[in-house]
Amino acid sequence: MSTYPVTADSPAPLRSWLLTDSPDSRRQAAWGGAYRRWLQFRRNRLAMTGFVTVVLLILAALAAPLLATHAPGAQDLARRLEPPSTAHWLGTDELGRDLYSRLLYGGRVTLGMVVSVVLLVAPIGLAVGTVAGYAGGLADRILMRITDVFLAFPRLVLALAFVAALRPGVTSAVIAIALTAWPPFALLARAETLAIRKTDYIAAARLTGASPARIVLRHIAPLCLSSLIVRVALDMSGIIMTAAGLGFLGMGAQSPMPEWGTMIATTRGYILDQWWVPTIPGIAILVASLAFNLLGDGLRDVLDPKQE
Amino acid sequence: MQIDVRNLRVAFPAPHGVVEAVRGVSLTIGQEKLGIVGESGSGKSLTARSLLKLLPKQARLSADRLTFDDIDILNADERTMRRIRGKRAGLIMQDPKYSLNAVMTTGAQIAEAWRAHRGGSRKLAHEAAVDLLAQVQIRDPKRVADSYPHELSGGMGQRVMIAMMLAPGPEILIADEPTSALDATVQAEIMRLIEDLVSRRGMGLVLISHDLPLVSHFCDRVLVMYSGRVVEELRASELARAQHPYTQGLLGGLPSLTRPVAQLKVMERDPAWLA
Amino acid sequence: MARLMIEVDGLRVRFGKVDAVRSVSLSVEKGSSFGLVGESGSGKSTVLRVLAGLNPNWSGHLHIAGEEQKPQRAKDFFRRVQMVFQDPYGSLHPHQTIDRTLSEPLVVHGFDGIDTRVRKALEEVSLPAAARFRYPHQLSGGQRQRVAIARALISEPEVLLLDEPTSALDVSVQAEVLNLLSDLRSARSLTYVMVGHNLAVVTHLCSRIAVMQSGEIVETVSAEDLRVGNLTHPHTTDLHTFGVELEELMQTGNSPTGRPGQIASRKN
Repeated sequence: MSTYPVTADSPAPLRSWLLTDSPDSRRQAAWGGAYRRWLQFRRNRLAMTGFVTVVLLILAALAAPLLATHAPGAQDLARRLEPPSTAHWLGTDELGRDLYSRLLYGGRVTLGMVVSVVLLVAPIGLAVGTVAGYAGGLADRILMRITDVFLAFPRLVLALAFVAALRPGVTSAVIAIALTAWPPFALLARAETLAIRKTDYIAAARLTGASPARIVLRHIAPLCLSSLIVRVALDMSGIIMTAAGLGFLGMGAQSPMPEWGTMIATTRGYILDQWWVPTIPGIAILVASLAFNLLGDGLRDVLDPKQE
Repeated sequence: MQIDVRNLRVAFPAPHGVVEAVRGVSLTIGQEKLGIVGESGSGKSLTARSLLKLLPKQARLSADRLTFDDIDILNADERTMRRIRGKRAGLIMQDPKYSLNAVMTTGAQIAEAWRAHRGGSRKLAHEAAVDLLAQVQIRDPKRVADSYPHELSGGMGQRVMIAMMLAPGPEILIADEPTSALDATVQAEIMRLIEDLVSRRGMGLVLISHDLPLVSHFCDRVLVMYSGRVVEELRASELARAQHPYTQGLLGGLPSLTRPVAQLKVMERDPAWLA
Repeated sequence: MARLMIEVDGLRVRFGKVDAVRSVSLSVEKGSSFGLVGESGSGKSTVLRVLAGLNPNWSGHLHIAGEEQKPQRAKDFFRRVQMVFQDPYGSLHPHQTIDRTLSEPLVVHGFDGIDTRVRKALEEVSLPAAARFRYPHQLSGGQRQRVAIARALISEPEVLLLDEPTSALDVSVQAEVLNLLSDLRSARSLTYVMVGHNLAVVTHLCSRIAVMQSGEIVETVSAEDLRVGNLTHPHTTDLHTFGVELEELMQTGNSPTGRPGQIASRKN
């Protein structure tokens, strides 16, 4: 076992301990690998931009009560649709609510929905895809037909049906979107698995005597992860828009709860005269999607050890 | 036909500066059979591909002289190069699977190569294609002309590839590991075929391979490359009298059918070879 | 009679409607090396994959280490029988460090002292300790094949199946790997079954060699008979002539048949 140098007063030894060519222990190798990846990620400026933006957005959403200047639901019908001013930094909406404060609180809902959907969808897609791809035969056929059924419906229509069957609200919207969003991930994971399962290194893994579950979990799934992350990042904006669509139809976030998509949807009639009202949440969605995209792209590069 | 190369260098940009993969190779190729031998990373393929300027995009090519007859390849534009590639110099690659179009019959592909360089009607080109397939000693050329690449064995695919390269009547064939994907006996057949065609048509041949005995069997002259340089040039018949320790190491480490040994000789790489 | 480690009787493998292997029978004594030679598509690799338990679609009788083997193998089988693949670039998991690759069989079979065993395994195949936490792409082809050999041997098997273990390597590296394989065999008294298409390489390591053609064994000879050309089947003779001719050329500069290229003409 090797000892850890103290971080605070000896940063240089820590660095060389991390970057050594011949680590003494597994733990040192793992930390070193992670540090190397971080160094490489840091070199990618676009990915760093995305990473910083995502962190800032999440922090802003978490700190909304501290940063907001008004209560998100406080109406002032006398001052509706005002342009940005010192009182209302980003102006007010059609009910005279402060747009800046609503944007902060809306971030909680929107980002929260997106993150929950991804956390639900990615593992389901990965599990269904890798199991179907590795098992083949009957299991593959059954799983893929189920996927096809979900894929056959337009996303929003299926989500609507689910929410209508449950109860309108954020939680139902998350479940509904998750149920409609997993099939592409499953197809992607399956395609990757089909290519991977024929390789010699999977044959070698079978020859160790490992169970199919271990092979899928430990050998195949990690390889599917990088393309899945990219796909998830690209899908983020789509998920935000579906959430907005549900909100607009009264099936997602319920008024007066602020949510970026709903904010655009309810004010899109003002786009010509008071353009900033729908545009500002639009910009927020754009920034968030772009940031997630850049982050995903950077992560893909880092997750592939060949890039080192 | 004469290819002249003086001080050829091929470099690739790397994270820390530049890596030179070919470091000052000079050679002259006329109407002869030249073998270039080396292990992976020796720069043998890059050297041969430089002759046709078929290098990866990021590669930087430089030379004191690089000419094909009177054409200055170093400064030639893509149009000039296209007139050389295929028409005057044919390239045979390792695996025909990747070099042939999977959705066209072999006959159609050869006919297309023929027409691109010689013109003429479709029918004429098809007849020429069948004739070329016969020339590469395919027994049933008509049937093979109507089949798709995946229906052919490796050896047959390589024959088709050779027929395609012969279509424009080139002056030189560059063969990059043409048989290393094939079985030993098929290897011999294909090499014999190439050798035969080259002699009969009076073409030049550049044969690139990692297999020193095989190359010397079929070439007049052999260049041995190590780490981007030519370390030894030999007449094929002088192979047993190779001077450079690297060449000797290549020969000495081979297991032998006729002279069994308990332990094979392992090559000790001398850093001085890199100088 | 010496104890048999592998006994195959009437092995038949079908891919769809095609018989890839037809009625192959062979036996390998404990501690000896058996070579399977043939062209691509002759079925030699298929036989090896059946022995390894990677191909379940076969019929016939198969005894390995005194036990009758069915298409589905017991977990312990994979500890006792291991395999080295042809392409060291494809047989190592690209996202796993060498350490992870070598520990995997130990974890699966519940070995203890994994750390020491991994260290020792690297030493045994003469890899530097620094290679332990590298990824496969950071190693050369020869080093990767050493890792693959170390992985195969780490669970202390009795049988090692070799699928053209040197054909993807450079000539000078081939010598190192072949020496390593023959050293390991005598040190651990392993039984080898080696598949290859280069007669000289297979004969170097194996004492008995079977030649396969279109799914059948056409000839089984001892290494001595093969070296002197005491052969009966024309395909084997072809392979032999070609190999010997290249060697003659290397040693003397002359090819016995005169003009180069006039060799190994094949009777179709």
